[in-house]
Amino acid sequence: MTEVNVRLHGVQKIFPGGVEAVAAMDLELSPGRVTALLGPTGCGKSTLLRLIGGVETPTAGSIEIEPEPRIGFCFQEPRLLPWRSVRRNVALPLELAGASSDSCRIEADRRLEMVGLGDAAEFLPAALSGGMRMRAAVARAFIADPNLLLLDEPFAALDEVTRLRLDEEVASLVRKRSITALLVTHSIAEAVFLADEVVVLSPRPARILDRFAIPFDERNAALRGQEGFARLQSRIYDVLLAGMEGGT
Amino acid sequence: MKYPGIIFASVWPPVAVVLILLGLWHFVVVAFSIPEFLLPTPWLVLQTIDEQWPRLIAATGRTATATLVGFGLSAVIGIISGSLLSLVSLARRGVYPLTLLLQMVPLVAIAPMLVIWFGYGLPSVIAAACIVSVFPVIAGTLDGLQSVDAGLSEMFKIHGASRVRTWWSLGLPWSLPSVFTGLRIAAGLAVIGAIVGEFVGAFGGDQAPLGAIITSALKQNQTPTVFAAVALAAMLGFALFGVVNLVGWLLLGRWHESAR
Repeated sequence: MTEVNVRLHGVQKIFPGGVEAVAAMDLELSPGRVTALLGPTGCGKSTLLRLIGGVETPTAGSIEIEPEPRIGFCFQEPRLLPWRSVRRNVALPLELAGASSDSCRIEADRRLEMVGLGDAAEFLPAALSGGMRMRAAVARAFIADPNLLLLDEPFAALDEVTRLRLDEEVASLVRKRSITALLVTHSIAEAVFLADEVVVLSPRPARILDRFAIPFDERNAALRGQEGFARLQSRIYDVLLAGMEGGT
Repeated sequence: MKYPGIIFASVWPPVAVVLILLGLWHFVVVAFSIPEFLLPTPWLVLQTIDEQWPRLIAATGRTATATLVGFGLSAVIGIISGSLLSLVSLARRGVYPLTLLLQMVPLVAIAPMLVIWFGYGLPSVIAAACIVSVFPVIAGTLDGLQSVDAGLSEMFKIHGASRVRTWWSLGLPWSLPSVFTGLRIAAGLAVIGAIVGEFVGAFGGDQAPLGAIITSALKQNQTPTVFAAVALAAMLGFALFGVVNLVGWLLLGRWHESAR
């Protein structure tokens, strides 16, 4: 798969009303790897992700993405249409891109198998648990074979066990495909577990405080028990705390 | 509870209330010896329906035709207008307040104008049924489309959906519950509009619909006939409301609370 390069040059975002969410930021995402944006709640990290996804436009600066990306988006909530079956929800991006109904069905079923929801294809979202709905949202994010995946705190509302399990599944899916991925999270453990690089942001307006390369090769449950994993979390925590105390 | 049990449980309370009210009505008329030209007994109304059945059922058919066509037009015009108003914000700000006029102007006052514009008979009655019932459909559609979840709209935007595609695949299904709320109100109003339209613009004699039968029976002090026609008009309204409810349940029952 062609790896996508994403570069931000002096990107600034000021919302109507004068709230500055992102201050002139330069950032480059590692192609084919996972970058985590970590920062306190309301620091502007979701705005940064939405700017890269094209949902928001920067007030100043520019965003360079090449080649033309196929974006997969996973939001904080599953955002499933309640009147559509799980299969038709997963197929929605393909359907909107004009794919035939046969290929929509086949691709949606493949992605549902991938996230362990093969038996739930005909169900309506209301019949699924919170974790299953989020799995369906992950399947939808992967339906168009994305080469740029944007994850906006996708599992924040789930219980710890489901969240850890989904983290492992997403880590495996992203690495198998060499997708350039950007994860927004306020969980240090999640950032260290999923990412190849963690970018720590200051309180609003978002500025880069520090960047950490994550050295682990395997992303499995055993990683969480390693001393290096805990030590890295502790170093990131110190930077985050210093940033918050400096900002208040 | 099985389906027959559920249906019985929901049907018996209103049936019991209706039977009690009919009993009270009959008792009051008999106990106070009220003359039939002032207030006939329910039994006499039933007898009148039986005696004049061919004429009344034909009249009900004519009124039903005008009501259904008027209601159908108001559903189509209402959904299209509501959708256009939601898509074009300038039109919403400029035109929506004017649609309130449809609600504010009394139909009785403009019914004679409808006869001048559309002529005697079915067209002016259909126009009356449509004008009086279209506003709730416009308002319901517009409310539904404006309350679409912002996150879902954003998702369609991210996937490059056009505004028309977003309206079709997201806005319309999302707004169906409030469209059906508007259609339920419109169903009752369409019958009222048709009857009022018939008071002014319908043919009499062999071609008379229920509204024309009511006006001619009133002139001749045939109160039981008036009540019989009113009862049939009310049943027509109930039937239309029931059909709208059934269609709403078929479309929404699987996924929306309002239809369960």
